[in-house]
Amino acid sequence: MALLELKNVTKYYNNATPALSEVSFEVREGEFVSVIGPSGAGKSTLLRCINRMIEVSGGEIYFDGVIASKLRKRDLRKLRTKIGMIFQHYNLVDRLTVLENVLHGRLGYKSTLAGVLGRYSEEEKKQALEIIKLLGLTDQVYKRCDQLSGGQKQRVGIARALVQNPKMILCDEPIASLDPNASKIIMDHLRNISREMGITLVVNLHQFNVALKYSDRIIGVNKGMVVFDGAPEDLSAEQISDIYGSESGDLIIEPGEKNAS
Amino acid sequence: MQADIFAKRRNESLIFFTLLAILTVGSIIITQYDVLKGFTSIAKALIWGCTNFYPDAGSMQKLADILPKLWETVLMSIASTTVAAVFAILLALAGSRTTRMNSLFSVISRGIASLFRNIPLVAWAMVLMLAFSQSPLTGYLALFFGSFGFLARAFMETIDEVSNNAVEALQAAGASYFHIIFQAVLPSSMPQMISWLLYMIDTNIRDATLVGILTGTGIGFSFDLFYKRLDYHAASLVVLLVVITVIVIESISNYVRRVIL
Repeated sequence: MALLELKNVTKYYNNATPALSEVSFEVREGEFVSVIGPSGAGKSTLLRCINRMIEVSGGEIYFDGVIASKLRKRDLRKLRTKIGMIFQHYNLVDRLTVLENVLHGRLGYKSTLAGVLGRYSEEEKKQALEIIKLLGLTDQVYKRCDQLSGGQKQRVGIARALVQNPKMILCDEPIASLDPNASKIIMDHLRNISREMGITLVVNLHQFNVALKYSDRIIGVNKGMVVFDGAPEDLSAEQISDIYGSESGDLIIEPGEKNAS
Repeated sequence: MQADIFAKRRNESLIFFTLLAILTVGSIIITQYDVLKGFTSIAKALIWGCTNFYPDAGSMQKLADILPKLWETVLMSIASTTVAAVFAILLALAGSRTTRMNSLFSVISRGIASLFRNIPLVAWAMVLMLAFSQSPLTGYLALFFGSFGFLARAFMETIDEVSNNAVEALQAAGASYFHIIFQAVLPSSMPQMISWLLYMIDTNIRDATLVGILTGTGIGFSFDLFYKRLDYHAASLVVLLVVITVIVIESISNYVRRVIL
């Protein structure tokens, strides 16, 4: 059964050209889907339309049996608790500790007063600490986030998403600001989350060799349109050039590499 | 082609400096300001200052009158600044691009802030004099309104600069407006806001002297009194004490700033 379904989703920022035009696809529960495409293709817009950080101009989005694109304020908050999000720039509150940042993932479940005062239950704290341990950040629990490295910050970001107990996590360029080592750690964590916790992942990626290696399915986007939707094995050289709008020979990464790892 | 760019740049600076020179000379001619006399009288003023404007033994006896006034001025500056800061935070939250409720409110808030900021302190003092006559309240309110406008503007910029990313993350996690304010916006921007607050207290102690002259309160009133009585020694003692106080407060606030940032 499809957890997420997009039907003819269209987004206009201004009247000229659409950022997304007639995008339709389904994501099954537990799938690891990568969205690839050149800069400015509409990947970020697509991701943010799913949890309504950006309002769509047309079309419909179904998530977990509800029409996400029609929800009112309170129900929208409830929907967002079920969808975690990870960002390229981590988007942490740098001056707070790792634990406090992770617990921010629980705010969607809180009443106004409890959230304002930052009152979390013992179970919530215990769960946060477990997730922090799982991501190998136990030594950093009480450190301020501005003292962490990029890779550690992104793991805090992942922990914050996980503590929401989400059904799906949206990742917007999770490794675009990280070195290869940290990138691998982050991608491995994401794979574990998908395989062991069964959480659905939709990941925007620039590095398509990473997408080929980690994902169950790839969606190629160019100029706001889906130009490829299928298994990584089915992605041919011509299709890559469709996605990136250039001869695949001109790209730095050889398409043959997809079978290498 | 490249040579043209350099020539263009040179012409641009030539035009700029020519305009500046014309403006300066024009202003001097129109206001009939005698440049030569202006500079020579600086020397005369210095000589007069050295022979008359210094605290002597006699003026020290007036210390008992001056110190309570100075203390009153310091307290008034701190009180007006901190109270103004509380109101400024509210206005800044309503006006900041990141935290505004809607764009109409934001425009109104920004309008209020710049209205208060652009009316000079002296004008506030004179206008308030009409309403409250010569009383500490007049001085307090004049400082309050001046600080309010300035701090609101500074806080708005701080909020926009500091907390944009974290706000997005908390929104995506389903946090409510007040959760976001208290868990992300205030923690991120507090140190910089406190820094602005300390700066404003510095400035207000200095300005309180001027406002005091106009509204007949605090240390400014003492200065005015001594000066008009031609008691230059005592007047100079007042100036000296204000300078010392400002330096002390400034070094305290520099220390605090170093610790919190």
